Amino acid sequence: MSHVRTQGRLAETFARLRQDDTRTGLVTYITAGDPDLARTEGILRALDRGGADVIEVGVPFSDPLADGPVIQRATERALASGTTLAGVLDVIGRLRAELGPPIVLFSYVNPILRLGVVTFANYCREAGVDGVLVLDLPIEEADEFRALLASRGIDTILLLSPTTSDDRLRRAAALGSGFLYAISRLGVTGARDALADGAEEMVRRIRAVSSLPIALGFGISKPEHVREVGKWADAAVVGSALVSVIAEAGASGDVNARVEEYVRWLKS
Amino acid sequence: MFGRRDPDSRGYFGVYGGRYVPETLVAPIEELEAGYLAARADAAFRDELDRLLRHYAGRPTPLYPTERLAGPSDVRIFLKREDLTHTGAHKINNALGQALLARRMGKRRVVAETGAGQHGVATATACALLGLECHVYMGSEDMRRQALNVVRMQLLGAEVRRVDSGSCTLKDAINEAMRDWVTNVTDTYYLLGSALGPHPYPLMVREFQSVIGREARTQSLEQAGRLPDIVVACVGGGSNAIGIFDGFLEDPGVRLIGVEAGGERIAPGRHAARFAGGATGVLHGTRTYVLQDDAGNIELTHSVSAGLDYAAIGPEHAWLRDLGRTEYVHISDAEALEGFQTLARLEGILPALESAHAIAYTCRLAREVPAGTDILVNLSGRGDKDVQTVLEALT
Repeated sequence: MSHVRTQGRLAETFARLRQDDTRTGLVTYITAGDPDLARTEGILRALDRGGADVIEVGVPFSDPLADGPVIQRATERALASGTTLAGVLDVIGRLRAELGPPIVLFSYVNPILRLGVVTFANYCREAGVDGVLVLDLPIEEADEFRALLASRGIDTILLLSPTTSDDRLRRAAALGSGFLYAISRLGVTGARDALADGAEEMVRRIRAVSSLPIALGFGISKPEHVREVGKWADAAVVGSALVSVIAEAGASGDVNARVEEYVRWLKS
Repeated sequence: MFGRRDPDSRGYFGVYGGRYVPETLVAPIEELEAGYLAARADAAFRDELDRLLRHYAGRPTPLYPTERLAGPSDVRIFLKREDLTHTGAHKINNALGQALLARRMGKRRVVAETGAGQHGVATATACALLGLECHVYMGSEDMRRQALNVVRMQLLGAEVRRVDSGSCTLKDAINEAMRDWVTNVTDTYYLLGSALGPHPYPLMVREFQSVIGREARTQSLEQAGRLPDIVVACVGGGSNAIGIFDGFLEDPGVRLIGVEAGGERIAPGRHAARFAGGATGVLHGTRTYVLQDDAGNIELTHSVSAGLDYAAIGPEHAWLRDLGRTEYVHISDAEALEGFQTLARLEGILPALESAHAIAYTCRLAREVPAGTDILVNLSGRGDKDVQTVLEALT
């Protein structure tokens, strides 16, 4: 398994980021299918052009109970345009060769179960997905799933929260691959004006038990947030703020330009 | 009284159940599980709950042998009168148990979801009694059709938070309650109202509701001189049903029938009969039968009764059905409304529209079963809250 890990696109990306002390990795999240899957293709290319280091592609689900209002609304728009997990994987498969950054699929568990976990793992491999994070699949439920992905060279990204005990941090360190996704505050997704006070401490706790790269998320929306996160973590995750940019540009022609510009600004 | 038929250590009843929650909720749910297991082993906790159920909630509730409901047939129909508890539904059994647990665990703030409003009222009541802060999430569609219960909750000192997402019903209220919990985990207790959600809720809610089945079994032996042949209960999430079934599970001669909401008709979005249109999946932290589309999105549901209007069924029901121990049928909106009126006119009892599903099925059953059959129905709640809905439906 460690053999697979060191070869993964995620491992390569984070290794490169660690060699360059001058910059913080940027992980960008979008909800696939918002406003529709055709426009998602353009947005994915814009993220790449803007300089995203990792692209997280959210699969819309009818009951996104870990998400705040911004991503809930994006999810509703995506579902209204007929977006499904299979459709999202098709888009990734079509664009994989031309996109630079590793791609991480973000999903709730039920769409994956509906498709079937083996079928899902096969589709992910065919599409060239680099990692998968399932929001409501805690470590205890994830054994079979993780093995199916690992045998296909796909990383299982584990999410760690301020409520995660040190004991669970150690288990996650042993079982996760690619990188660890730390959330810096309790609650649902959403942009905030300031970073959570406990963010630095959260990263320190994880560093104490793991050498895996750490991406820190929840509430990040500005370049100064990204720079701040870079003092402790390998990368910053920007989700809701980027989804808001897409929502505001909506179906207008300049959504791709706006996305590219926003990503560039975050890295400034 | 406690400890039988526990799910396995990961919270599974067979292949159903488990704990499918975001990472932030894992620690608080582990804390809840430890807190609950300690409480149920503590005689003082059980005594306090028993005392409240008796002197505050009005238990034991009567077992009433109906006078006219069975008509001229030689079938006897008994009603377990949960509608006569304080606050008017079985929900108080669970709300008192969990509110005591919340206080024992040192949580001062309680959040809950509600569909028909009965669980919200029961939670608001228990929180008022125990001095806990209470916030109840309720879909805007449910607030409209259960307006009386909204006012009741507010009078009891609870804050009712309106939910405008999705279908604006119970499912969406649970989403919002879980979002609140995930944000305020340190001081907040999530008081879930049915036998669903992540482990240990299905176990805990069943055990708090199993008082219904224990009483009903004893009362059947005392009053009827025998066990019933059939036990009938409506099933939304399934807490009143699992509560009464629990008393008879080890009596193989007793048929256990759950009645789901057939809504307008069995077609996507028009009903809430999980076993008539659902498939296994995960909703709100548990693996069970779920109404969903081909892409795994949860389908909208419909029922004239807000309390049955939910896309998933408690995991233990799915397991018992696989084992062949329980059966499930469905009753349409129109049949439930007829059951409502029948019970009102023949017995002088207005049932909750949820319970009216069980009444309607029982009336049908009474015409089909052999003479001498005894049927026990869980009359899970009273119908005052539904008068407006019934009036609109009938005019």
